[in-house]
Amino acid sequence: MAEKKNVSRRDFLKTSGIAAGALVGGGIIGGVIGANTRQDTAAPSGGSAGQSGGAEATEAVRGLQFFKNQTEFAVLQQATERIFPEDDLGPGAIGLGVPFFIDHQLAGSYGENSREYMQAPFAVGEATQGYQSRLKRNELFRQGLQKMQQEAQSRFEANFVDLEPEQMDEILTAFQDNEVEMQGATAQFFFRLLRQATLNGAYADPIYGGNQNMDAWRMKGFPGHRPSYINEIESEDFVEFDPHSVGDMLS
Amino acid sequence: MATTLDKVDVVTVGVGWTGGIIAAECTKEGLSVVGLERGQERSTADYSMVHDEYRYAIRYELMQDLSKETITFRNSRDQKALPMRQMGSFLLGEGLGGSGTHWNGQNWRFLPYDFEIKTMTEAKYGADKLPAEYTLQDWGITYDELEPYFDKFEKTAGISGEDKNPFWGKRSSDYPTPPMKKTPLLAKFETATSNLGYSPFMMPSANLSEAYENPDGQQIAACQYCGFCERFGCEYGAKTSPEITVVPTARETGNYDVRFNANVVEVMKEGDRVTGVRYMDTVTFEEFIQPAEVVVLTSYVLNNAKLLMVSEIGQMYDPETGEGSLGKNYAYQILPGASGFFDEQMNVFMGAGALGMTIDDFNGDSFDHADLDFIHGASLSMTQTGSRPIASNPLPPDTPSWGAEFKKASIENYTRTLSVGGQGASMPHRDNYLSLDDTYKDIYGVPLLQLTYNFTDQDRALHKYLTERAVEIMEEMGAKTVVGSSPLSDYDIVPYQTTHNTGGTIMGADPATSVVNNYLQHWDMENLFVVGAGNFAHNSGYNPTGTVGALAYRCAEGVIKYSQEGGSLV
Ligand SMILES: Cc1cc2nc3c(=O)[nH]c(=O)nc-3n(C[C@H](O)[C@H](O)[C@H](O)COP(=O)(O)OP(=O)(O)OC[C@H]3O[C@@H](n4cnc5c(N)ncnc54)[C@H](O)[C@@H]3O)c2cc1C
Ligand code: SF4
Repeated sequence: MAEKKNVSRRDFLKTSGIAAGALVGGGIIGGVIGANTRQDTAAPSGGSAGQSGGAEATEAVRGLQFFKNQTEFAVLQQATERIFPEDDLGPGAIGLGVPFFIDHQLAGSYGENSREYMQAPFAVGEATQGYQSRLKRNELFRQGLQKMQQEAQSRFEANFVDLEPEQMDEILTAFQDNEVEMQGATAQFFFRLLRQATLNGAYADPIYGGNQNMDAWRMKGFPGHRPSYINEIESEDFVEFDPHSVGDMLS
Repeated sequence: MATTLDKVDVVTVGVGWTGGIIAAECTKEGLSVVGLERGQERSTADYSMVHDEYRYAIRYELMQDLSKETITFRNSRDQKALPMRQMGSFLLGEGLGGSGTHWNGQNWRFLPYDFEIKTMTEAKYGADKLPAEYTLQDWGITYDELEPYFDKFEKTAGISGEDKNPFWGKRSSDYPTPPMKKTPLLAKFETATSNLGYSPFMMPSANLSEAYENPDGQQIAACQYCGFCERFGCEYGAKTSPEITVVPTARETGNYDVRFNANVVEVMKEGDRVTGVRYMDTVTFEEFIQPAEVVVLTSYVLNNAKLLMVSEIGQMYDPETGEGSLGKNYAYQILPGASGFFDEQMNVFMGAGALGMTIDDFNGDSFDHADLDFIHGASLSMTQTGSRPIASNPLPPDTPSWGAEFKKASIENYTRTLSVGGQGASMPHRDNYLSLDDTYKDIYGVPLLQLTYNFTDQDRALHKYLTERAVEIMEEMGAKTVVGSSPLSDYDIVPYQTTHNTGGTIMGADPATSVVNNYLQHWDMENLFVVGAGNFAHNSGYNPTGTVGALAYRCAEGVIKYSQEGGSLV
């Protein structure tokens, strides 16, 4: 099952170049040309970020607030990159700083579930009753990433980070389909959490450490923070803006 | 030992729309009012850096801290209720303004049909149109009786709209401000629905089309269509909220005191009267008793019911026998609809919380239900509220939810997707109700409220029919791919649906089947009033707050009348 999915994902990758070409032909010029130009300038730093974890990719000093173990962080980097990969549109999770975003979030109230009801007794419920585990998100993430590494060992006798992309996808799919045993929560729940955290990091305002250079917003055509659209709201045409961070408001 | 404070005329539990309206009206009449609010002070100045999707829309910055209090939930009586540990299906308010700070501002009056739904349904379709387990009830008030209060709320809020809907009740005056801008995207919906023979009109909005001064002298600014509205506070003071209208009105009288970090845990009573409330300071955990001549519960649907239950006021509803009224007729909302994928890019990121166009051709009893196996319907709208990138990743059918293909498709379709959505009416059912949980407690040691709720056959039939209508509209709009909402299965408390919980403290004409009379005065305790969407005997095909606001003005009139004359008001 998992293999089949990988093949089709790969096939899509092959054809995706053609699809992008067709878009240019179709006249969505602004967006695509913009994306290409940015890719040229962003490619070197995005590439090096991919190799090194992004530390030299920006001026800012980067480090870890939650993870202590570099193997876990490396698995997180590769797993998020498979969920949101670099492509001809622009950077993927690593190039956007998503793993750092997740690390920082896990160190704070998100990771600690501090605004959520975490009182006992804990019981297994119906899916419609939602999350019922005593595990905090940061505990769940560590366990999940460790399990991914174990799966890599048991399936392929290799470290997760050294796997081929389609092998990583096979493991992620196994989590998504709940085929991996976890303690205190299901693999599927962890997968969904990981997927959502990846999207959070890609598209949140850059003040949180992801969405570097606002490149995810550029890809999507989202302008970020703008005070007003009163002059554009009636426009018949699609309007493009250079994105802004809400950090601009801090005077 | 609790500290007993000086007695006041009126105490309200919570300061959102309902608490604010009671305070404004009563203080203007010279009554002294204390508002006890578990959350904190906030104002427009706190929203200057609010355009942050992650913090406000995903992490719920302005909403209830569930580590302190939540509810428990189960789909049916044979399940064990478990705590709602994370927010999802609905987003509860906390802090000055309550949910009125971060609402969209879609402001409706329920239909004349709603208030007399049982009588009118039976007259037209016979007594057994719905099976007996649907506990349909008239509200004990008519649209015409409530009209002046609707009008009053709309003038306080400065609602922007146009009286062009052939299906809603008669209005005594036009909207205080003209409708919002009809954008090119809304015009697509207008053309399509007109072609299909329906009657589109601009959605009544609390994001104001122009600057406005309300009858109390409060200024509301003009909306900037900033696209960060639902789940956010408005940095312009352009989205009508309690903290820019009724709260300052009350404060300006000098008769109003809002006490923050004050979590009410009990309504105190003696014989057939209430004497005040007991609350905990959420910072120090000190206990206080606030005595009052009149207590008004304005703490939203859930805590209004919970406080009555823990204080043992009224008769608990029993789903076995159908007896008792407290907790009865909890209803929600169902969301039929359709998404359409287009070729061209559209300005979906611009917008406002209540920028939309609507048809009511399939709401209430505007269409014939003789051959249908449900009653009521939904308002069908297209809104342009501002799509944001974390939450909005539209995918055509059969697209994977992650990986390369996901990334391409979600990016491509973000600016190329529109949807038509219905707010589906929700009829009460014997098995859907509120009660007290016997296991879980809040941090003050008070039992959590328990919700037993599932969708019904009536819901499923309504959802299917309205989804078909939404699909037709989307096809007429020219989408290349149209996807209707998937059929309703079991109610799931995880994904966001709407914060349109209703019932549990319903109003009516008969003390045996309702909790409060049509002044929202408790049947058993004449100096206790309970107001909010909990008073709805069923939920209509609209958002609730226009009707909640009207009920709050009605309630305020009741409190004032009671303070002068005493006794039962009906
Ligand atoms: C995201 C969102 C969008 C919405 N959009 C719309 C819309 O477009 N149109 C519409 O009609 N409606 C909308 N609503 C619903 C609308 O916000 C509510 O109907 C309305 O605000 C309810 O007002 P209320 O006064 O009854 O309750 P609330 O606003 O919830 O106020 C209750 C207050 O009581 C306080 N409180 C609760 N318990 C206690 C206690 N024990 N002690 C002390 N204080 C307590 C709370 O902290 C809160 O401040 C929306 C809601 C949400 C969350
Ligand atoms: S859309 Fe309008 S009303 Fe809503 S927050 Fe923005 S400016 Fe305020």
